[in-house]
Amino acid sequence: MSHHLTHLKELEAESIHILREVAAQFEKPCILFSGGKDSIVLTYLAWKAFYPARLPFPLVHIDTGHNFPETLTYRDALVEKLGADLVVGYVQQSIDEGKVREETGYNASRNKLQTVTLLDTLAAHKFDCACGGARRDEEKARAKERIFSHRDEFGQWNPKNQRPELWNIYNAKKDIGEHFRAFPISNWTEMDVWQYIYQQGIELPSLYYTHRRRCFQRDGQWLAADPPFIPRRPEEEVVELEVRCRTIGDVTCTGLTRSHAHALEDIIDEIAASRVTERGGRADDKRSETAMEDRKKQGYF
Amino acid sequence: MQNKGYLDMQLLRFTTAGSVDDGKSTLIGRLLYDSKSIFEDQLEAVEEASRSRGNEEVNLALLTDGLRAEREQGITIDVAYRYFATPRRKFIIADTPGHIQYTRNMVTGASTADLAVILVDARHGLMEQTARHSYVASLLAIPEVVVAINKMDLVDFSETVYKQICSDYGTLLARFGLQFRHVTFIPLCAKEGDNVVTRSQRTPWYGGPALLEFLETVALPEEAADRLRLPVQYVIRPISDRFPDFRGYAGLIAEGALRPGDQVKVYPSEMVSTVKDIYLGDKTLESAVADQSVCVTLTDDIDISRGDVIVSKEGNQPGVGQDFAVDVCWLRNSPLVCGKRYTVRHATQEVVGIVKEIEYKVDINTQERLYDVEQLTMNDIARVHLKTASPLVWDPYRESRTMGSLIFIDASNDTVGAGMIAGEY
Repeated sequence: MSHHLTHLKELEAESIHILREVAAQFEKPCILFSGGKDSIVLTYLAWKAFYPARLPFPLVHIDTGHNFPETLTYRDALVEKLGADLVVGYVQQSIDEGKVREETGYNASRNKLQTVTLLDTLAAHKFDCACGGARRDEEKARAKERIFSHRDEFGQWNPKNQRPELWNIYNAKKDIGEHFRAFPISNWTEMDVWQYIYQQGIELPSLYYTHRRRCFQRDGQWLAADPPFIPRRPEEEVVELEVRCRTIGDVTCTGLTRSHAHALEDIIDEIAASRVTERGGRADDKRSETAMEDRKKQGYF
Repeated sequence: MQNKGYLDMQLLRFTTAGSVDDGKSTLIGRLLYDSKSIFEDQLEAVEEASRSRGNEEVNLALLTDGLRAEREQGITIDVAYRYFATPRRKFIIADTPGHIQYTRNMVTGASTADLAVILVDARHGLMEQTARHSYVASLLAIPEVVVAINKMDLVDFSETVYKQICSDYGTLLARFGLQFRHVTFIPLCAKEGDNVVTRSQRTPWYGGPALLEFLETVALPEEAADRLRLPVQYVIRPISDRFPDFRGYAGLIAEGALRPGDQVKVYPSEMVSTVKDIYLGDKTLESAVADQSVCVTLTDDIDISRGDVIVSKEGNQPGVGQDFAVDVCWLRNSPLVCGKRYTVRHATQEVVGIVKEIEYKVDINTQERLYDVEQLTMNDIARVHLKTASPLVWDPYRESRTMGSLIFIDASNDTVGAGMIAGEY
């Protein structure tokens, strides 16, 4: 029995295999980097897959402008450390160019607008494959998505007519103008990601650890009052709490968890005991029953 | 950290086959729920969705029938992957719809599975679909099968019924010539949890483990000891000041083990060299085993590129050929046509291939061979003669899934067929 790999080694090997297939089968792939733990693990795996060569993928960050400053600090330090190329697509630019319209109201978010910026950025740089850190366990539409996922000329996903994907053979064939999304950590669970971060000693943005922050509550969810990107209703009172992020999106769609987890060990215990999913704190998924599928069809991450 | 022991668990990938009526969703729902892999917000969402559809009971299928079309039509269209863990093991379920028109989904789900759970309704005993599911599991070379005899409550937990089904299944395997390493029979009632997670008081005559207990302890497939197969995916050449002459051959070890100092032969050139270092990231390893992704350097500067296979110099050697007997499962509406050119992807190789002849098609319910078949349509399974434009380095599928499997891609870029090499033609 002892010669069988542990689950983390097996998942790591599978992801490295997928990343190498991406590098071998596409002409200009990239990694979608959000500053969240999944894209951080993905980038780390890519570093491992091609060592001692440089990362053969640039990191692409779609910037809504509503960032936690900690995310940007972390991103820039990582890019520097890896000697990687960074491409940033700005949602603000898409707004300025009149390609998208800014949402208004208390629940306004640039989350949905990111799709246009993402597709424009991929097209402008002629990226033919964008690797993402999405996992099948995190959302039901993602549970059925292929590891090599085809996008048509308009960047759209067709969930009803996906290519069959068998064994570990991946088909990257496409016509000009089409592109792919690849999901090397599809088979990881939230717990696998945290255990791997712990085991490998991967550094994370400080937001994942408990810190004091000014917050307010909406629909049972704690949200960040600082930085002040979410317009507050008059009755929404700001209090300072010990919180941490379980997932990180931009400020408008990141829920905060009250926590005392100051070390990775504490976080892992907290997740093991948790009875809600990590996306339970994501405002973007709560908009409808098939919110994720609907966004993905249009070209979302 | 309380959960430190969880860092070195093993992973079991299994597939489940059966129709909704067999209680498959209920069984999976119970495994997920009892292992605390369903979260409150997921359960609330499913309860809400069930209510709005007028279902009286919570419909656990809605947990993963995630696509809009599936939810609207109340059917499972595609393979769904579900994840759960116990303190002893981690599991990936490839959950496949069991209807005949979804043979392709069963094949897809089975392609990565080490074990198949085949559901049987105790009231009805073996059905046509039991034969079909068993045939697909055998064709895809799944070593381990669990026949889960469900709804035992509806036959009063009768040992006689259980024994009859066990004996009938033995007859079925013999009649169709199907072989597995092990077959395990478990009587259960998924709805009430008997023998799912814990052993039931209501089957005192059954001395075996509950399903979950079995899944936690079943031996994982043994790897080949007589051979090494490392298909080269990518050549790593940093061309940097620190690594001016580094040439690393990166790939996932398909079979066997590897150590520095091992003598290897590279196919198809059959050049011989010795392993210098094995890299995983910036670490060098003392040994590497099957399913590990590594980067290997050799002592000699020989020409190796993507598609080549690094093999142990001694021991079992792969075949190199262009004519194959292949078991094909057709996956798409556009039919397999003899004489048409397809792109064939096999391990890390890509070649042009033509199906010269359909030897016979298999009726997957009766396993009867049908001759004089002109073309294959979606969900058909057949033995064909495949000819490739250039040589493939291969092993029979039964000996190596990686070295014996291939896919067909047509001019529309779509993956239209899956193939398993039975031998040389």
